[in-house]
Amino acid sequence: MSLRSSSGSEHTRLMGVGAFRPERVVTNEEVCRHIDSSDEWIRQRTGIESRRWADAATSVVDMSLGASIEAVAAAGLAPADIDTVIVATVTHDYQTPSAAAMLTDRLGATPAAAWDVSAGCAGFCHALAQAADAVRAGTSRHVLVVGADKITDYTDLTDRATAFLFADGAGAVVVGPSDTPGIGPTVWGSDGGQWQAIRNKASWPSVREAMLAAAGDPEHEPLEWPALTQEGQQVFRWAVWQMAPVAQKAIDAAGVTADDLAAFVPHQANARIIDAMVKQLKLPEHVHVAKDIRTAGNTSAASVPLAMHRVLADGEARSGDLALLIGYGAGLAYAAQVVVLP
Amino acid sequence: MALSEQEILAGVAELVNEETGLPVESVELDKSFTDDLDIDSLSMTSIVVQAEDRFSVTIPDEDTKNLKTVRDVVNYIQQAQG
Repeated sequence: MSLRSSSGSEHTRLMGVGAFRPERVVTNEEVCRHIDSSDEWIRQRTGIESRRWADAATSVVDMSLGASIEAVAAAGLAPADIDTVIVATVTHDYQTPSAAAMLTDRLGATPAAAWDVSAGCAGFCHALAQAADAVRAGTSRHVLVVGADKITDYTDLTDRATAFLFADGAGAVVVGPSDTPGIGPTVWGSDGGQWQAIRNKASWPSVREAMLAAAGDPEHEPLEWPALTQEGQQVFRWAVWQMAPVAQKAIDAAGVTADDLAAFVPHQANARIIDAMVKQLKLPEHVHVAKDIRTAGNTSAASVPLAMHRVLADGEARSGDLALLIGYGAGLAYAAQVVVLP
Repeated sequence: MALSEQEILAGVAELVNEETGLPVESVELDKSFTDDLDIDSLSMTSIVVQAEDRFSVTIPDEDTKNLKTVRDVVNYIQQAQG
């Protein structure tokens, strides 16, 4: 007796993209109420002019739902057509269950398979790779891929190194079968030896220990929230000089050249990182470089699909054009692929 | 053969110029990167990485933090070259 294997579509593509941007626009001046900095300083060092923060009542699942409804409709599908839901996030309200399971219910896509991906700012590109592989393997037909983060829940507003960077949002795409290749091979990896470069200040068990120690002790110092912290220079060095070659590998793996690209849509970590990557990659002038960070800030796993949505909405590239995506962040994890824009 | 202080200075000045547009002659040994040349930490990282490549040395991030003046960088490269 032998088992049967599944097989799916030889090729896959992005069928639609959706975005959710919180309403509240937060200016650099507002951020500077908590830190000793200035609008000019922040613009010069990050390229960020403003960002959007979600209100207390808006969760990662709420934002994911907004982006998903648009992506599913743009794909010409109904929620019931989605058989798999993957959410890339590191800021879901609950350690368990997954945001994907809750999103699937809210969207009306039950009983789609649902799980979350934890790869920091690289999460969306990881989830996209999983989705394309699942459709090619035949385990899924229409996969909803969401990148969503409410990083402000983990931002120390008094931290001069990060308070102005982080923001909230969600972006989504639908991946489905295709007659021609629409999602190039993923080049991915990690460098766990540098895990401390981007992390929470404390682990959850240590927070619990501190809570127990503080309980009933009025003299105890106030507990510290395990906000995100990062080693800026270490991350900058890694992101520019290690990630540009990864992006080039993704171009090569797709069998195209930089000349064939219409857009470069990297994780929106910092405009300075993006500019330095472009310089390293020697991208031709005609390639539009996504700079959604100007008004979106660094939205972690949401930044790549949000920036892709912006590129299409602004007419900087069109459906059918090639775009190079790359996500990189906590882990340190990274993933890149060339896609045909939906 | 190890480069002289002047040769290293000239190379570092070129890297600073490429990164910031500052004229090479403004990059003098006793200038402070932050106070005199107004170079921030990310530009400093760029200059250091290019210097590693150019002079075939390794300058870890923890050492970069201590490189306050142009002379610090030139001396570091000179010593690293052995």
